[in-house]
Amino acid sequence: MKANKSGSEQKQKSESIGRRGFLALGSALAGSAMMGGKAAAADSYPPKDPDWSLMLGPGVVDRPYGQPSQFVKGVIRRNVPWLTATQESSVSFTPLQDQPGIITANGLFFERYHGGRATVDPAQHRLMIHGMLERPLLLTMDDIRRFPSVSRIHFIECPANGGMEWRAAQLNSLQFTHGMVSCAEWTGVKLSTLLDEVGLKKDAKWALVEGADAAHMDRSLPIEKCLDDVLVVYGQNGEALRPEQGFPLRLIVPGWQGNVNIKWLRRIQIGDQPWFTREETSKYTELMKDGTVRGFTWLIYAKSVITFPCPEKPLKGAGIYEIRGFAWSGKGKVTHVDVSTDGGVNWERAKLQDPVLPKALTRFTHEWRWDGKPTLLQSRCVDETGFVQPTISELRAVRGVNGIYNNNAIQTWQVKPDGSVYDVQLA
Amino acid sequence: MSNSRKLFLGLSVVSALCVGPAIAGDGHPAGYFGYGRAPTDAEIAGWSIAVRPDGQGLPPGKGSVAEGAEIYSDQCAACHGTFGEGEGRYPKLAGGQLTGDRPEPTVGSYWPFATTLFDYINRAMPFPAPHQLTADQVYAMVAYILNLNNIVDNNFVADRDSVPKVKMPHRDAFLWRDPRPDTAAKECMTNCVDPGSIRIESTAEGKSLTPRTTGPLDEMKPE
Repeated sequence: MKANKSGSEQKQKSESIGRRGFLALGSALAGSAMMGGKAAAADSYPPKDPDWSLMLGPGVVDRPYGQPSQFVKGVIRRNVPWLTATQESSVSFTPLQDQPGIITANGLFFERYHGGRATVDPAQHRLMIHGMLERPLLLTMDDIRRFPSVSRIHFIECPANGGMEWRAAQLNSLQFTHGMVSCAEWTGVKLSTLLDEVGLKKDAKWALVEGADAAHMDRSLPIEKCLDDVLVVYGQNGEALRPEQGFPLRLIVPGWQGNVNIKWLRRIQIGDQPWFTREETSKYTELMKDGTVRGFTWLIYAKSVITFPCPEKPLKGAGIYEIRGFAWSGKGKVTHVDVSTDGGVNWERAKLQDPVLPKALTRFTHEWRWDGKPTLLQSRCVDETGFVQPTISELRAVRGVNGIYNNNAIQTWQVKPDGSVYDVQLA
Repeated sequence: MSNSRKLFLGLSVVSALCVGPAIAGDGHPAGYFGYGRAPTDAEIAGWSIAVRPDGQGLPPGKGSVAEGAEIYSDQCAACHGTFGEGEGRYPKLAGGQLTGDRPEPTVGSYWPFATTLFDYINRAMPFPAPHQLTADQVYAMVAYILNLNNIVDNNFVADRDSVPKVKMPHRDAFLWRDPRPDTAAKECMTNCVDPGSIRIESTAEGKSLTPRTTGPLDEMKPE
């Protein structure tokens, strides 16, 4: 009797859920059709149990390769269409305003192509190592995976990041002022392991590294760096390297300008002098105000930026906020980050969040009580060599405004009383 | 015998590395893992396209300014302009000044080495169909572009001997050494600047140089 009753209650309940579930599904569909789902959301606040709690969700492998939530919209790479002549030789920017931790999602890692995104069949991909060495070598991807492997977290920054801000504040968004930096965990083989295997000759001083893309991108690297911490990688954040990042094989040159991190890596030639390729003469060199040109300025110097608030993420009224941001240095670890909430008059030490890794994005936070008045926010990175991130005025005084590359200036965000945030530069 | 020879060779490689400038990573002797195979000479030759300022890597062949003019008008002028002036945002190849507010780095005004022209045209041009010109055609392009910049005369013939000898006008301005750190900011913590002196020099507010970065992809059209 009791069992029967409970059985019938159970039946009733499941019918009821079935009906309600059907209704909920209908309203969810209506909601998503109405863009933003406001109608559905209005029905889902406490004390009501929201629709999605009253129906089953899709099962496992509904999406064998996962995707972000349908509600996460507009968190995408973006480019500046007029900036370059073609999309195949261009750049897209990471939405740092929406990156919560130090790892950049693989789908959001900034892109830089010189001849488009090569589509490389890994079965036919080869890495050739030859030149001033004992044993020239031709390796398949399977061969490369057999070598002892390492995983390291490193940022890659295009040295032109911030290149449009030398003369004045021009780009009113974090994504475009700083989005040519991303950070990932890379897995592969140390280049030094491969260079051991081929046996460098005594006079080997430089390596030409070359890609299999349409640009046949090539750069010269000093052998000391190659033997220090350079990696030849096939893994990125828990999966195979993405095509945008050089699938199946790319170079990671920790802490050095993005351009030398050759994608679709297919050839390493060892020699006794640099090649002075187009990308290290005509490009990626810096015209100084005295007419001289700096070449081989590979290192990314200490830099930081506040990612909240920022032009894309304004404040909503006075009160307590956590200022958040990233700091990085190509010379090693970030030692500390200072934050100013008064335009650089006074500075306070921000908290660094573990892990603090060499040549990786480092996250900082700083509690701030905003009084609702207009103000200027800045962050300043100091790395383990003691180098202090400079202001744009300090950089201009030395280099002028035509260098394009290596702008590691302190970023100033102007906060207006309505909470809106603007990219500005101070005199 | 085979083992002891390997060991001997291994030791000599290790000691060579120890006294040489190149100190390798884990100290394994060459060939320790034995993966992969040696490339054939033909395989190496097919991929060895890098060219150095001393001429290493330049292939046999030659090309004149006149031959270059013809190929250029067929394959290059649409993007780079009839006289190397550059169409739209495609690179300007000739002329240009480095002084003034808007310097124009071109082959003539900026590039330090003529050999780089061969290397780059050969590997990356023409942009939509790269690495498909013959060595003679690439030499002709080098001759023509140098001539457009008044660096060589109309009778110039580019080949593996003549190109490395061309002295580019801006070459000596290049400093191949990183002079940084070139700023020496101090880590001041309090009263670092006079609050009264703080002035906003420039703002991006109201500038619409870039697409919007919130919401769906903004298909901002070129201006």
